Amino acid sequence: MSEFLQLLVAGLTTGSFYALIALGYTMVYGIVRLINFAHGDIFMVGAFLGWTVLSALAAMHMPWGIALLLAVLLAMALTGGIGVVIERFAYQPLLSAPRLSILITALGVSLALENGVLLIYGPGFETYPHLVSTAGFVIGGAQISYVQIGIIFCSLALMAALYLFVHRTFMGTAMRALAVDRDAARLMGIDVERVIQTTFFVGSALAAVAGVMEGLYYTEINFFMGFIVGLRAFTAAVLGGIGNIPGAMAGGLIIGLLEAFSAGYVSSRWTDVIVFAVLIGTLVIKPTGLFGERVVERM
Amino acid sequence: MSLLVVEGLRVGYGKVEVLHGIDLTVAPGEIVALLGSNGAGKTTTLRALSGLEPVRGGKVVLGGESLNGVKAHRITALGLAHVPERRRLFSPLTVEENLRLGGYLIRDQAAELKRRMETMYALFPRLAERRLQLAGTLSGGEQQMVAIARALVLQPRLLVLDEPSMGLAPLIVRSIFGIVKRLRDEGMAVLLVEQNARQTLRIADRAYVLESGSILIHGAAADLALDPRVQAAYLGGAAAA
Repeated sequence: MSEFLQLLVAGLTTGSFYALIALGYTMVYGIVRLINFAHGDIFMVGAFLGWTVLSALAAMHMPWGIALLLAVLLAMALTGGIGVVIERFAYQPLLSAPRLSILITALGVSLALENGVLLIYGPGFETYPHLVSTAGFVIGGAQISYVQIGIIFCSLALMAALYLFVHRTFMGTAMRALAVDRDAARLMGIDVERVIQTTFFVGSALAAVAGVMEGLYYTEINFFMGFIVGLRAFTAAVLGGIGNIPGAMAGGLIIGLLEAFSAGYVSSRWTDVIVFAVLIGTLVIKPTGLFGERVVERM
Repeated sequence: MSLLVVEGLRVGYGKVEVLHGIDLTVAPGEIVALLGSNGAGKTTTLRALSGLEPVRGGKVVLGGESLNGVKAHRITALGLAHVPERRRLFSPLTVEENLRLGGYLIRDQAAELKRRMETMYALFPRLAERRLQLAGTLSGGEQQMVAIARALVLQPRLLVLDEPSMGLAPLIVRSIFGIVKRLRDEGMAVLLVEQNARQTLRIADRAYVLESGSILIHGAAADLALDPRVQAAYLGGAAAA
């Protein structure tokens, strides 16, 4: 029982990262039908920007709570900005080009980000300052840290905020409209380019939060960290039904739990096998993913 | 004084030119019909007017302002509302959300937007009953009402309708045409594209006949209905319907 609880909390923690990153994949796909292969690296860039800010502030002996908040907010703003710049210069010129061109460009952006960080920060691991203690509490025999609880609640709050943003604001409604019919959205007077940029900003900012969280949780970050995490988050998005926001959230948590339980009860060497087997199984039974629905056909 | 003036409009896709220099005007308080068979270039004309297709040559002027090279969402802001072919609703969104998006440009004026949406529900009472229903689940006629209501929220100066009667029962077509006439009588300029020439010429004030990307005939709708060329091509048999 205690082991189960331990694994459950660990799974929800890593699942939170995947969910936050999967949201970026799914939102961008929903709107521009692009699998943004650079998104995992956006997450990595967010982790590095957060690390830079946090290290600087820690050196100034700022209280850790404020330092952390500033690091998260700055990482979100900067990474969001980078996402917008990438969209503007790499993807926007190709929006009406064949799908393959923009897909290959995304791979190029991914390489550019990885090598850019490699140039600036070097090939080694950077260590997040130990601002947050490893303290925690024991419940039902399971050792749970405050960091885990913080990460889980913080990402749940962000997902709730995103849901409200998408469903209750004009910008969010415009995003959903754009996902259905870009030309019709233009006819409503919606500045499509701006909505697309906002989508990239929001998706990248969420990935940045995941990056900082990952840094705090595992303490070490590296320029290549975005690859495998990005792949699993993409899997989460597909599992939930790509283009579907609640699907990405659920998919992320499911992948996190699968990862934790398979590592705990089977072997961590089997994690990827199990994760991808579940993905394949789901897609065989329900090709649109768990939450994906066929959009009502227009008459 | 015409609201919309189109002179020598040329549009194409790739290397193929589809419109070879079209002249067209629409004044406030008149319904102008654009008739023509499939592939004549009617939809392309409308898409060029609302900025969805780039203009290759000629002039498009709305209320004295040139629309050449202006982006589609800016053209909407200038008072041209385009109800596209096949309605193009946001099917997974509710009727209410579709109408709210119609008012995207006045999103900062919450009270005014609400008032205008209520006006639309008064104009189309059927939609008021279906506010929270997903647009894609409505009947064809109701969907067309959403498409028109969505375009009217901004109170456009020029309403452009692309085959609003497509796939609808005659009774519903009559009620939609009735609303179009009412809008005309209130002073709106209407540009109406239809394949159904007989019915369209009955409500239109003037009409243009488009064939292979050029205007073949234009004149008063009543005259065109009697024109032997129009009769032969579009009013002849059941094929015209």
